[in-house]
Formats: sequence, C-alpha cells, structure tokens
Amino acid sequence: MKHIKVFGPGCKRCETTAAMVTEAAQKLGLEVSVEKVTDPREIAMAGVLSTPGIAIDGTMVHAGGLPEAAKIEGWLSA
Amino acid sequence: MSLAPTAPRRPLPGPLWHLGLVLALGIWVALYRQLVPLSEALTALLPVDRHSATGEAVAFFLYDVPKVLMLLALIVFAMGVVRSFFSAEKTRALLSGKRSGIGNLLAALLGIVTPFCSCSAVPLFIGFVSAGVPLGVTFSFLIAAPMVNEVALVLLFGLVGWQVAAAYLGFGLAIAICAGWVIGKLQLEGWLQDWVRDIHTGASAPELGQNRLTLIDRYRQGWTALREIFAKVWLWVLLGIAMGALIHGYVPQDLMVQIMGAGAWWSVPAAVVMGIPMYTNAAGVIPIVEALLGKGAALGTVLAFMMSVIALSLPEMVILRQVLTLKLIAVFVAVVASGILAVGFLFNLIF
Repeated sequence: MKHIKVFGPGCKRCETTAAMVTEAAQKLGLEVSVEKVTDPREIAMAGVLSTPGIAIDGTMVHAGGLPEAAKIEGWLSA
Repeated sequence: MSLAPTAPRRPLPGPLWHLGLVLALGIWVALYRQLVPLSEALTALLPVDRHSATGEAVAFFLYDVPKVLMLLALIVFAMGVVRSFFSAEKTRALLSGKRSGIGNLLAALLGIVTPFCSCSAVPLFIGFVSAGVPLGVTFSFLIAAPMVNEVALVLLFGLVGWQVAAAYLGFGLAIAICAGWVIGKLQLEGWLQDWVRDIHTGASAPELGQNRLTLIDRYRQGWTALREIFAKVWLWVLLGIAMGALIHGYVPQDLMVQIMGAGAWWSVPAAVVMGIPMYTNAAGVIPIVEALLGKGAALGTVLAFMMSVIALSLPEMVILRQVLTLKLIAVFVAVVASGILAVGFLFNLIF
C-alpha cells in the first residue's frame, strides 16, 4: 500500500489536490492512504517551498500549483 | 472539484496551439479596437438618456468591464507563461547567501515573476531563511510578491492610465527593496520564533524536473493561470466597476475633494490605517480607486490606500505569527507603512 502525503496549509488548491490524488488512486484501483499535512513546521521540515506538495512513500514528486491528473496517475503507478 | 478534469483529455497537438494562439490574439486586437463603438451601441439600446447620470454610469460600466477583462486575460496568460520559467526553488537558490542591497533588489524583482500563493507564505519563509537567504532579502521578496502583481498593474493601466501603473510598479518595488534592506540592517534574526531558527532544511529540496517543459506545456500553464485567476477575480472586477460607475455618476465632486484631496495632510496616514484591516485582492479595490480619482481624490492618497490594502493585511499577519514574534511583525508593519506613507506624500507633492 502506498502512503501519500499532501502538504498544504488547507487552502482550496491543497484540498483539490488531495481529492485528485484519491480520485486517481480509485481509478487505478490502488489501495492508498492519503494524509493531509497542514502543520507549517512539518511542511517546512519536508523541504516543501510552495504548496501544495505531494510525497509518495517519502519521496517528493510535486511542489507548487495544481498537478495534472494524468501526472498523478503516472506517479501512483510508478 | 470543478478544476479537476475527470476524463483524461487528449493533449492538443503543438501546431494547433500555435495556430489557436495567433488566432486568439488577432480576435483580441480586432475586438479591443472596437470597444468604444460597441459599448456606445449597447448603451443606445437601453431605455436611458445617454447624458443623464444613469446614462453616464451605464456607458462607463459597459466600456470598462470588457476592456479590463480583456486586458486581464492577455496579461495573465502571458505572465502564466513567464512564470513557468521560474519556481520558488530556483528563486531560493538565486537568493541564498546574497548580500543585502543587491539581494534585496533581486528578491523584489523575482517576487514579481516567481509563482507565489499567499497560502505558501509560511513554508516559503522558513525554506528561504533556513537555506541561508538573509532575513531582509526574504522580506523584500515577501513584500513584492503580493504587492507588485500583474492584476493590480493591469487594472491600474486599464482604468487610470499607464503613468500611474508605472509609478505603482516603481514605487512598489522601491518599498519592497528599502523595507527589506532596513529590516536586514536591524539584524532581527533573534526575533524569529525559536523553532524556526533551529530548522535547517538546507537547499536540498528535490529537483522535480519542472524545467523540462515544452513550449506547449508553458502555454498550458498560462491557460491554467488564466482560468484560475479569472474564476477568482471576475466578480470583484464587475462589482468594483459597478461601484466605480455609481460614484462616477452620482457622488458629488466637492465631497471627495474635501475628504481625500491633496489639501488635507492627514488623508495619507488615514488611508494607510484604513487599508490595514481591509483585505481584498487588487481586483476588488482598484475600480473604486479609479472612481475616487475621477472625483478629485489625490493620487498619492489613493495609491497609499491601495498599497496598504494589498501589502498590509491582518489575515496575513496572523499567518506570519506562526514564524515571527510579535515584535518582528510590529517592525515589519512599521517599516512598510512608513514606506507607503512616504510614497503617498511624495505623489501628492509631485502631481
């Protein structure tokens, strides 16, 4: 099971990103856990400069702006 | 969820993008040049006397709304493409270890072109400071990024004129540079929250391969920026211009001159103080600004009000409170407010 973290202080884009990740996982039939990280300290510690950021199993794959749905699917199935 | 396309769309082929862009530009230019006759024709269709107060207000509204929205669309798309060449990570690498002075200048300029959302202000602040970007340089970036933005500049250009837009750009940058420089000279690193000083993330953020974009990818980012910003500001632009049209048509000129004219010395500080609790984006405030100017309010006073609304906001201070001590926030507000005051007085003197 993949563990996905979405970093963001809770703005609309971050919510949308988390929802997109969940949706992409469902579409691919993958079992994932999506965790939203909103604590600024934790976000900074992870090295995220611009939110929303996405990490899959501890590896950062995206930072800043809404990701494209197709890209999320790519990261998830990699 | 309206932003997330559910079905995977076939990407448009490259030539179609170029062709579409040229076509769209052509239509844009043709339409923009016909705006006056079009708006007059529309006004004439309505059952109002063109020379009455209502007629004035309606004509003003019907001309300004399409004009501003078209300018906005063009510039926001262009800036979206430009921003795809920059990222917060690259900006940090450029600024890390820079001396004050040149660092402040560079930070303020990069603040214009680096993609930035005020909700990432805190992670960005920590990321900058912990990677060796001086505190004052970080502040220059954080002041310039929201204040000198293309939406504010386009609205000023479209509604008030290019001289005022250029002045706003110049003085906005000057405030960001000077305020950051002063904060840097004061050596207030000790006034950060304790935990911020202890973090050392280093500049080791992963390189996410975002610089391997094709031109089409960049167009697409411009398009995304356009949709996002439009969704956010169109209502404000409409409301703002409607407000402006009302003031244009109805508010007596003498009243404004008395309250906000250059004669009243206290009007600039009053404008700055009034602006702090107000929190809106540039789109909401500028059309009001234009109508105020049209009725004889002094330019410096109005600009000071606008800068204060955009650059000094209570919600942002609450967010920054997580990383800054109250003392440091107070210094930040004092320094920026002084800069805005100076700009306001200077403008009232010059114009």
